[in-house]
Amino acid sequence: MPKDGGIGASTKRREDIRFLTGKGRYTADINLRGQAYACFARSQVAHGRINGIDTAAAKALPGVLAVMTGADFAAMGGNPAGWLVQSRGGETMKEPKRPVLAHGKVRHVGDAYAVVVAETLEQARDAAAAIEADITELPAIVNMAQAVADATNRVHDEIENNVCFDWGWIEDNRAAVDAAFKAAPHVTTLKLVNNRLVPNAMEPRASIGDYDSGTGDYKLYTTSQNPHLTRLLIAAFVMGIPENKLTVISPDVGGGFGSKIYHYGEEAAVLAAAKALNRPVKWVADRSESFMSDAHGRDHETTIQLATDLQGNFLALRTETLANVGAYLSNFATVTPTFLHGTLMAGPYKTPLIYVNVKAVFTNTAPVDAYRGAGRPEATYSLERVIDKMCRELKLDPVAVRRLNFIAPDQFPYTTPVGLVYDTGNYGATLARLVQIGDLKGFEARRAASARRGKLRGLGLSTWIEACGIAPSALVGALGARVGLFDVATVRVNATGNISVMVGAHSHGQGHETVFAQIVSDRLGVPASSIDIVHGDTSKIPFGMGSYGSRSLAVCGSAIVKAVDKVIAKGKKIAAHMLEVAEADIAFEDGMFSVPGSNKAKTFGEIAFSAYVPHNYPLETLEPGLEETAFYDPANFTYPAGAYACEVEVDPDTGRVEVASFACADDFGNVMNPMIVNGQVHGGVAQGIGQALLEAAVYDGNGQLLTGSYMDYAMPRADDLPMFTVDHSCNTPCTHNPLGAKGCGEAGAIGSPPAVVNAVIDALQRGGHSNVTHIDMPLTPARVWAAING
Amino acid sequence: MTGSPEDGFEAVVVQRVGPVSARFTGVVKLSELVPERSITIRGEGKGGPAGYAKGGAKVTLEPIPGGTRLGYTVEANVGGKLAQLGSRIIDGFAKKMADEFFTRFQAAIEGPGAAEEKVADSGKSDKGWFKRLAAWLARIFRGGKP
Repeated sequence: MPKDGGIGASTKRREDIRFLTGKGRYTADINLRGQAYACFARSQVAHGRINGIDTAAAKALPGVLAVMTGADFAAMGGNPAGWLVQSRGGETMKEPKRPVLAHGKVRHVGDAYAVVVAETLEQARDAAAAIEADITELPAIVNMAQAVADATNRVHDEIENNVCFDWGWIEDNRAAVDAAFKAAPHVTTLKLVNNRLVPNAMEPRASIGDYDSGTGDYKLYTTSQNPHLTRLLIAAFVMGIPENKLTVISPDVGGGFGSKIYHYGEEAAVLAAAKALNRPVKWVADRSESFMSDAHGRDHETTIQLATDLQGNFLALRTETLANVGAYLSNFATVTPTFLHGTLMAGPYKTPLIYVNVKAVFTNTAPVDAYRGAGRPEATYSLERVIDKMCRELKLDPVAVRRLNFIAPDQFPYTTPVGLVYDTGNYGATLARLVQIGDLKGFEARRAASARRGKLRGLGLSTWIEACGIAPSALVGALGARVGLFDVATVRVNATGNISVMVGAHSHGQGHETVFAQIVSDRLGVPASSIDIVHGDTSKIPFGMGSYGSRSLAVCGSAIVKAVDKVIAKGKKIAAHMLEVAEADIAFEDGMFSVPGSNKAKTFGEIAFSAYVPHNYPLETLEPGLEETAFYDPANFTYPAGAYACEVEVDPDTGRVEVASFACADDFGNVMNPMIVNGQVHGGVAQGIGQALLEAAVYDGNGQLLTGSYMDYAMPRADDLPMFTVDHSCNTPCTHNPLGAKGCGEAGAIGSPPAVVNAVIDALQRGGHSNVTHIDMPLTPARVWAAING
Repeated sequence: MTGSPEDGFEAVVVQRVGPVSARFTGVVKLSELVPERSITIRGEGKGGPAGYAKGGAKVTLEPIPGGTRLGYTVEANVGGKLAQLGSRIIDGFAKKMADEFFTRFQAAIEGPGAAEEKVADSGKSDKGWFKRLAAWLARIFRGGKP
């Protein structure tokens, strides 16, 4: 039994009290004295040359305080990509400048080229509409294959064929992989599209810039998953503000899913405008702006080939992918389709030979970057779909084939041919658990029942793995990362014994305030109610790398444990002094410092009080205070894995797919709060089903975003989803972090899309439509109906 | 509306497309004019923050027993907010507008009563410029000097 409120307890989320009673404090809720309002003028064409921007009419309108255009920011630095990726031939990727506001050219619909600041939001909007931009429309570059083939039309004039990089992983293995394919008894080939998604966080992006002309201090309130990185990017790259003169505050943030990791130009614009006007400047995106200008997700076109013997043993795998990076490189745009994608192509399988090729392509569309799962859903989808197709071609059982190819429990640590070392796992155990909880044996009876109702029922599997707990700095540095990916925690014990924990991870829906308090409570033996978690403010927190890549618990949680251990060590020194024994004689358990075998003991509260009232401390050897900071840099990624089963019913008359059931057997390592883990899996699977069946960001041939609102972009709703069966009892704890935790935030979104698509193909095949071997996501009724009716 | 067939026309139209309502500043140009046979009409309307619309119609006339068959193909492209919010309905909208136009064109040429039922729901504020444009076109199609 877990301790009450400690590790392993399904403690209810403390932050929900404020969220559910309307007391959350989001950026849009913050109003500063004297604030003015910003509105951005955005390109209506996908690609165009800016001949001039006439702001005279806008400036003359009532209430207008300033109008700034790309030219006003031209001297500032560019917003850089976080990873430097090398092409196969050794050349460095192309990294065009990403300016604060578009200058010279506009490169996607929604590309901001001017900002108006006015007394009221309405005045700012009116003035933005009055800006007259003389833009010569250029041919839009939308389709990736055409972009690469086009020698004349360029998103960035200096980048030939619109290719950012042509990455081979691992290039030295290519010849051996090709040879294995030549000799293979069977080769399965699949071309597929990983559909482009709009992140659609519930809260749109928002930023308030503030400047204190007395001190020269800047303050930015912004919807960031990653306030320290935002500060670093603005300070060191874009604006050149000294880092110690800029505070970035990310208060409550209503979801991010990756889209709020990155620094966006609007943040620099409101800061610059605040300084120019000596007034706070506030901007809140409307939903249309979010659709146009948030970094989108996925958007890969892939050909994957799997070489096997006739028993289904995987012999070799190779892929060729075009990855859309959009008009500019967003901060993680170069790592997402490469090191978060290519390195995952082994999956949970012992495929000996793998080669991955990814060309990143600039297009006149919104930037594309990490979105829940980031590269790993793309890898998993390709792999699990081609395995499914191979099983059909060779008439093999998909459960048996997966078992045949799993890395065995005694093979860990396991070095994959794509550069990762899996520390631990038991893929057979999660699959066996799935067979049980998903009642796979009962499928045939359910299929017959569906058939009696005129529906085609199908069963789809996916056995997924991811690399998360991002990331070991030494490894990622060797691979081209321009930052370290440790995290930081400070545990501050106050004189009265209550505790503030300042953490570098940012919570925007994850429940950190609850779970991190559980961890500290468990370790220190103090009630969770006396522990506060402080996040999202660079002036309060030593440093941090934010939340993404299922890293908060594995990396920041480990930093918390490390800091708590330092607090305990310091407490032992204080206790030794107070109890007049040697430090080595002090034991700490359940909030009590004691000398075993004696009745000498001090409570945690007594130690804390003494630390701040050090009347008789030997100051040469014992420092007052009880506050410790730890930086934790992981030794490796963590490798959660799982097995998912989806059952669908397809209406053969309309092509409509209904998800009848969805079961997940996951291995997340040690689980801190099972209720929160269930919620993370539910949310991730819902997003994955959304991708598989409903969602697609669509640009027309002119680069116009056709899915710019919820009328045309279908989000999953409760009635699109079944009750999920979620299990995380098959645990193989992570071997290299102190919590044994692996991370669960992205799992559902990674494992679920191939399970859904495999299920639909299964339903159609069983229903006699044997010619249907693939349908690209989203599997809308129109696409399924068209596939059925050939 | 201002302008001439040679130089094109300019007009300001208040139009609602699905959820987007805007005042469009439009330019219409006539080209490939073959008297009594065909004409290409190209237009572009800028609706400020609502986006823009571009389009064209190729109109052909063909003698048939008892009259003239008027054929037309219409294509329309939209940008900005119109595309984001209205793309779903733009083809249907373009067809509706074209149908209305040619129904009323027919009425203008053949005289009132010929297509009265079909135009019953029109009667918009753009009637003035429409009438003038229709009159220009009618004269062109009749082979006369505009």
